Amino acid sequence: MNSSLYPLAAIAVAGACTFATRLVPFAIFGGKREVPETVTRLGKVLPAAIIATLVVYCLKDVSFVSSHHGAPELIAIAVTAALHLWKRSTLLSIGCGTVCYMLLIQHVFI
Amino acid sequence: MKASFGFAFKRTLPVLFGYLFLGSAVGLLFYKAGYSLVWAFLAGVLVYAGSGEMLLVSLLSCSAPLITIAFLTLIINSRHAFYGLSFIDRFKNAKKAYPYMIFSLTDETYSILCSIPEKGDREKDGRIIFFSAFLDHMYWICGTIIGSLAGRLLSFNWAGVEFSMTALFVVIFIEQWKNYKSHLPVYIGLGSSVSCLLAFGASGFILPSLIITVSLLIILKNKIPLENSKLQEAA
Repeated sequence: MNSSLYPLAAIAVAGACTFATRLVPFAIFGGKREVPETVTRLGKVLPAAIIATLVVYCLKDVSFVSSHHGAPELIAIAVTAALHLWKRSTLLSIGCGTVCYMLLIQHVFI
Repeated sequence: MKASFGFAFKRTLPVLFGYLFLGSAVGLLFYKAGYSLVWAFLAGVLVYAGSGEMLLVSLLSCSAPLITIAFLTLIINSRHAFYGLSFIDRFKNAKKAYPYMIFSLTDETYSILCSIPEKGDREKDGRIIFFSAFLDHMYWICGTIIGSLAGRLLSFNWAGVEFSMTALFVVIFIEQWKNYKSHLPVYIGLGSSVSCLLAFGASGFILPSLIITVSLLIILKNKIPLENSKLQEAA
């Protein structure tokens, strides 16, 4: 295959497949038909469950049994959460939590 | 128009920092694999998926067949198939940008959109969700370009800045917790993801976890009061 044709085709395929995964619910329920009540309800309660899943997803590669037992992650999450419960400012919580994590992995838990 | 744009910009600021870093990490991977800026840029525009693009780079460097790329991309991004369920009606607010809203529904855009309650005016809501999705996409592309051009030249030690994405999800987690009176969905999401992580390991837990979560939410639907959620009252 031509040397620049292959990456072009690969990107097109990866793009189409990514779009396909995101399209699924819209392709099934997005038409003119009325959306079933079960799906409407599901759509309303799903975000809370999925955000919880995404937090776990971010921590999936952290090893809690070896080296630092996930201490940098747990400390930085505690700082982010505590700050957010106290000040409730999204940027402040995320900024301080991230800086805290960077300091921990670069200087404390090396 | 200006107000909607400003609102979207403020709401997506956390993603700006995260995407500049994650995007530049992906751009750097393209560079290291011998693919110039053009390819990293194209992937950022057309694929627009963090883990999907990292996978793509590794498959490109071993000249994997297209069918393999298709199959693995579908698997790694399968979690996205659940995100649209919350936006089937709402994305219609974006009118002409409806297909783009579906295309650009990443993990981060999903959580940002979940954190913006839909208010009365559909046209205004459409503008806000479009600008939010579009800005996130632009941050990602900028990150990709930066990584591809200069990632290796940055002298500052950026190790750990990817935590901003975790922090974003933690913050939205707390917001969701405060906004809903029933915490059953959160317990279900946490319980099934942690147990699937233990059972299936890091690389394959997300899909079984989401299937179990959705099944449980459907089975227990009468136990989760919708009327009580504060988001509903505000809307």
